[in-house]
Amino acid sequence: MIILTASPYLWALFGIALCIGLSVVGAAWGIFITGSSILGGAVKAPRIKTKNLISIIFCEVVAIYGVIMAIVFSAKLQNIDSKDLYTPSNYFTGYALFWGGITVGFCNLFCGIAVGITGSTAALADAQDPALFVKILVVEIFGSILGLFGLIIGLLQTGRAGEFAAAK
Amino acid sequence: MEALYFNVSDGYLEGIVRGYKSAILNTTHYLNLTQCETLDDLKLQLSATDYGNFLANEPSPIAASTIHEKATQKLVDEFKYVRNNAMAPLSQFLDYLTYAYMIDNVILLITGTLHERDTNELLERCHPLGVFDTMPALCVATNVTELYETVMVETPLAPYFQKISVNDIDELNIEIIRNTLYKAYLEDFYDYCKRIGGVTGELMSEILEFEADRRTINITINSFDTELSRDDRAKLFPNLGKLYPEGHMKLARADCLDHVKAVVEVWVEYRPFFDTTLNSFGGAATSEAKTLDDRFFEYEVHLNKLTFQQQFHYAIFYAFLKLKEQEIRNILWIAECISQGQKEKINNYIAIF
Repeated sequence: MIILTASPYLWALFGIALCIGLSVVGAAWGIFITGSSILGGAVKAPRIKTKNLISIIFCEVVAIYGVIMAIVFSAKLQNIDSKDLYTPSNYFTGYALFWGGITVGFCNLFCGIAVGITGSTAALADAQDPALFVKILVVEIFGSILGLFGLIIGLLQTGRAGEFAAAK
Repeated sequence: MEALYFNVSDGYLEGIVRGYKSAILNTTHYLNLTQCETLDDLKLQLSATDYGNFLANEPSPIAASTIHEKATQKLVDEFKYVRNNAMAPLSQFLDYLTYAYMIDNVILLITGTLHERDTNELLERCHPLGVFDTMPALCVATNVTELYETVMVETPLAPYFQKISVNDIDELNIEIIRNTLYKAYLEDFYDYCKRIGGVTGELMSEILEFEADRRTINITINSFDTELSRDDRAKLFPNLGKLYPEGHMKLARADCLDHVKAVVEVWVEYRPFFDTTLNSFGGAATSEAKTLDDRFFEYEVHLNKLTFQQQFHYAIFYAFLKLKEQEIRNILWIAECISQGQKEKINNYIAIF
């Protein structure tokens, strides 16, 4: 019963924080892994500079998913007085936003890392042999779909959660 | 798991070194180089590769030794660039690579002093990667204790000197000192790589084990018909590699090349090294068989090429240095063949890519 005394706001806002926070960590991680390899490889093979920005864009997209979901989640927040707050519907919203946030956050974290490592290898392989780039890009596309999965499931989890509303 | 954090400090340098690696001459380049009639032709061909105008300021006619010197200088510049941009632990790894050259320089200076050569001339002949501050002071030392206390104790080679038991520096002992230092260095480097672990540890162990085996076999063969006793010989073998420990025991007792061959042939990878049939050196036929040294170089090149198949480790830095050195040896060989007019042997180089 201790869990029930925790405010639904705690769960909801924590979920939103994890959603955007972990997505950004994933995107940043991926970008630094790819970015440093592109910088190193482009010294001797300047032609790889522009094409390999696609890898960076794939990583960035992961952070955008996180922002979109955070905005969708935060649309459900309302200012309710605490004596009216503890309704089953509000509990559901709180929990749904928490676990939806974790789902989206972790999916984007691992997606960002995967795309980043693959992007780094794509940049170095492209510097050696230009024909390889498009093939490795296909691997990256599959990797970035992972973030999309997180987005979809997050939407399904929170789709039926209503806004915070006062008890009637 | 190294993929997660390797690029934080070393991603840029890995990209740079892979760029240097893609500039290494391949078989097409070597075919062009072997067709050259004079060294000026060679200079022209090299200017179309990554070497560019490195010989631009040399007066023609060029000597083969100038080409070697300038090519080595280019390699040293590339290595120094990487070393200056490196953070720990890569910086320490790169320092380990330079210790081998330091050992060679120390021995060169001591030998030169023993034969009373001019200090400046000796210092010019030192390998630039193994230069350290107190090197000129080496020319005044007369025995090992003095050498250690005045000069070596501040250098990174200090711990290796503690294993030396001989005190006088003379002809035979110089080689013993060189091999004892190198043995201590190799074992230290091997332990360091094992401590780094991961892919670096795995790849470097394999390379260093081969290096140890190669030295063991060379020490054995070179010590036939010398005054080196069997126990002394056994003390010079580095304690690592496929041949350690059973191979070492048998090689310490070997007396001729056939004994060595019999011992080493047990290990499958080393069996083809002793094959003395006339083999062509990749591409055109030559008039002589590959020597044992050639086969050692070839196997080393093979192991070094393999390191580039994996990402996020330090072994490519070692491999790049060794492959460029092999390339410089190849270019020097071709240049010497051209300048001496011995075209039959010109194809005895080890192609890398």
